[in-house]
Amino acid sequence: MVEFWWSYAWPTLWIVIQILFIVVPLLIVVAYLTYAERKVIGFMQLRMGPNVVGPFGLLQPFADALKLMTKELIIPTGANRVVFLIAPMLTFVLAMIGWAVIPVADGWVLSDINVGILYLFAISSLGVYGIIMAGWASNSKYPFLGALRSAAQMVSYEVSIGFVIITVLLAVGSLNLSDIVLAQQDVWFFIPLFPMFIVFVISALAETNRAPFDLPEAEAELVTGYNVEYSAMAFALFFLGEYANMVMMSGMTVILFLGGWLPPLDIAILNWVPGIVWFALKVSAMLFVFLWVRATLPRYRYDQLMRLGWKVFLPASLLWVVVTAGAIVVFDWYPGIVN
Amino acid sequence: MEELLLEYLPILIFLGLAVGLSGLMVMASVVVGARKPDPEKNSAYECGFDAFDDARMKFDVRFYLVAILFIIFDLEVAFLFPWAITLSDIGVFGFWSMIVFLGILTVGFVYEWRKGALEWE
Amino acid sequence: MVIQALAFYLFAALAVASGVMVISARNPVHSVLFLILAFFNAAGLFVLIGAEFLAMILVVVYVGAVAVLFLFVVMMLDINFAELREGFLQYLPIGALIGLILAAELILIFGTWIVAPDVGQALTAPILPPDQVTNTHALGRIIYTDYIYLFQASGLILLIAMIGAIVLTLRHRPGVRRQKIADQVSRRPEDVIEVRDVTTGSGV
Repeated sequence: MVEFWWSYAWPTLWIVIQILFIVVPLLIVVAYLTYAERKVIGFMQLRMGPNVVGPFGLLQPFADALKLMTKELIIPTGANRVVFLIAPMLTFVLAMIGWAVIPVADGWVLSDINVGILYLFAISSLGVYGIIMAGWASNSKYPFLGALRSAAQMVSYEVSIGFVIITVLLAVGSLNLSDIVLAQQDVWFFIPLFPMFIVFVISALAETNRAPFDLPEAEAELVTGYNVEYSAMAFALFFLGEYANMVMMSGMTVILFLGGWLPPLDIAILNWVPGIVWFALKVSAMLFVFLWVRATLPRYRYDQLMRLGWKVFLPASLLWVVVTAGAIVVFDWYPGIVN
Repeated sequence: MEELLLEYLPILIFLGLAVGLSGLMVMASVVVGARKPDPEKNSAYECGFDAFDDARMKFDVRFYLVAILFIIFDLEVAFLFPWAITLSDIGVFGFWSMIVFLGILTVGFVYEWRKGALEWE
Repeated sequence: MVIQALAFYLFAALAVASGVMVISARNPVHSVLFLILAFFNAAGLFVLIGAEFLAMILVVVYVGAVAVLFLFVVMMLDINFAELREGFLQYLPIGALIGLILAAELILIFGTWIVAPDVGQALTAPILPPDQVTNTHALGRIIYTDYIYLFQASGLILLIAMIGAIVLTLRHRPGVRRQKIADQVSRRPEDVIEVRDVTTGSGV
């Protein structure tokens, strides 16, 4: 009995506790990200965002959640019920399980697998499915077309994300995310790989269907998005999934280019601040950039968007892979991690 | 081997919990929300009109082409992953071997570009 | 060990079940979705034997790219499954015969299988265990150097796939006007704008 507890039950319970430590803060962050977006965009447009519900409007996300929960879940006639309901669940689940491998501080990672970055790449590849299934299951022309275009867009920017990850890996020598962060102890990668940082941030914007690349969904403006037939909690799951995806992409950017949990300078005072605080600050900064870009830039037309992905980012990132690898081989700058 | 597999266990458990949580959220709406189906509410949205014709559109071959090009470049990235992390072990020979591979695929990319397969979409 | 065995049976059973559902589902989109489930279970099986790189690449390439392609095609084609299924019983005897012939061939091959003499040696001189060399590093050390010809051949296959896809599917609509970005960007105001002084009341 005791044997069973210590070798099976307790480790499982500990894993579940760790998962709760990831999921609960993540859900709160995602909920308040929706609030932060409305506030930030509001201030940038010289108006107050939500400020009625609770002090400074801080209870707005809860009001939204309650409203969405009590609405009617409409399943359109002719829609494929099972797939219709699985699509938002899939989007939400994928956005959450990506966090299983992200190290928020030194050693603080749920699952320290050897192929962490490949796992994240796989998660973002799978993000296409929620959208395709939602569009098709709605049994309506416009969501279907919107979903196909959205999927084609995500898939186009996936390629340049892959090449940018390769350039970072050239400088690290390991697929493990903690190793990637630790390899940035001397200098954060956004400095030597600055063009790739720019390409990655823009591709992350396109990957998450955020402005200025949000033509296929365009939220309340163009009603041709994949989620036009969704209401109540299914819509809420899509919404939350999109924001959780944003947070995950920001997390990925921070780990790949901004040094993860490492402080900017390796001096005593900054080292006292816990790693997780640095990580949270950097992710918040990246999220602010996401919101800032939405408030500032006009939307890309669809063919311009696809042209950017295939004709600009793909050749640029491919060239940079060759340049980085060439520099490493010629100057003997092999990364320190030897296996 | 044990440690390797033990690292993947939390992912499985997390998957189960996440599916359960999202299932709960959808159930919450089914349980708490109203349920009054009505032919107007349940019909497909077409800016207020009745649907003009069937939901199936004509097959647009551009999506197929984008998907195929994506597969090709995704495979290229898949080959690049082990190369990127073992560059120190395979040295200059490994570097040039990959450059030849990338060159072959770049020839294909230039062909696509000139043919106009990257246009429109 | 128990968890490993449990996981193996779970993944294997789900893989076989999804495989059966792929060919017996009524709706072609459901078929593709079961195929995706089968791929996931195969990836789980790969992880169980330590081939983690292959498992992740299976998910990235097969589920993330190939199955997306299948879904695009299946969703856009209006396949009438009931019609396709109609002649099933007619062809059952021939199908069963061919299946039996294939099974007999497989049994023949396995029965007369001769293992090469140096395989035993290769098995006992293994690559370093996973805590010293990860699976991906082990692969990376040999693909680009020892198996360079196979590697380049795969590059050529990908090139042919690219060219084949374009030759078969690209159709240009005549008369489509496209943006010429270089022209747009190199336009100068002197060439395009003209400022004229007009007295009030008179037209241009």
